[in-house]
Amino acid sequence: MTWFSIIVSGIVTYFSRMAMVALIDREMLGTKVKEVLNYVPSAVFPAIIFPGIFFNDFGSFVEITDPKIYGAIVALVVGFYSRSVIATIVSGLLSYWFIIFFLLR
Amino acid sequence: MLSKSKIFFKGIVAVLPHMLSVIPFGIITGAIGIELGFDPILVYATSLIIFGGASQIIFMQLLSGGASSLVAITSVGVINSRHLLYGAVLSEYLEKLSFIKKLFISYFIVDQGFAESNKYIKQNKNLSNPHYYVLGTGVTLWFCWQLSTISGIILGSFIPEELGLKFAIPLTFLAIIVNDLRKLDHVFVMLVSGFASLILFNAPFKSYIIVSPIVALIAAFIMLRFKK
Repeated sequence: MTWFSIIVSGIVTYFSRMAMVALIDREMLGTKVKEVLNYVPSAVFPAIIFPGIFFNDFGSFVEITDPKIYGAIVALVVGFYSRSVIATIVSGLLSYWFIIFFLLR
Repeated sequence: MLSKSKIFFKGIVAVLPHMLSVIPFGIITGAIGIELGFDPILVYATSLIIFGGASQIIFMQLLSGGASSLVAITSVGVINSRHLLYGAVLSEYLEKLSFIKKLFISYFIVDQGFAESNKYIKQNKNLSNPHYYVLGTGVTLWFCWQLSTISGIILGSFIPEELGLKFAIPLTFLAIIVNDLRKLDHVFVMLVSGFASLILFNAPFKSYIIVSPIVALIAAFIMLRFKK
């Protein structure tokens, strides 16, 4: 039964990857839809970022003093000015570790 | 003009920074599967067959918690349905490929690979073989994901939990969109999606992952109407 679930889940996931690439003709999408598609990264990723920062492992809101919030702010500022993916991630992690290992000890 | 292998290589390099989150996340995914009591082969099969980080963890948690197959499959489907949006964007660059090549490349469409490919191809409009970039990002992420889940399965979660590396996940995605904070229209869409996700977080089937982006895209659609 578990194997069955894995295979069906795999098919469903593969379908979600493949459907728009292989089955849909781009002519079918209107210019308005194409314009809206420019916003896909800005529409999808905040839905992963916000809960990752503002919720804890138990699904409730973190406190305003949570280190993740300050790590994210540092990453945001560094990323904005450096335009570098690696600098964004590393600065966020380092500032987060600085808070949890030094300031909160 | 860039050769195919150079474009492929550029794709590889573009996703390397994201390994800071992908590799720990892969290790955790493998280790959680074993902790939940699944057979190692089954845990690895989720990486090979489903190949989608968060959805694999939730899939295994649900099944081990006694949920029905239908619930587990539905959750995976809901969480991974965001790939439809990635596909819709990437289809512009993959249009000229044969059907078989489209089927092949689709397997490698992943969040970070999509985001980096989209960024690069938009900046280099007359790139002759953009699909090699997509493939470079996707194949790299695929290899690292497979290897890191396997090491998690074999070695357990050998990364100390105190490091809180889960936090690297929101950070990689922040790194992807941070540059678009320069554009007010994008900031608006991001805020709609972010707040929607906070409100919908406890909705069933993790549906906030796809409902929030849809709400944000509808907001973008309305915004574009007002702009004109």
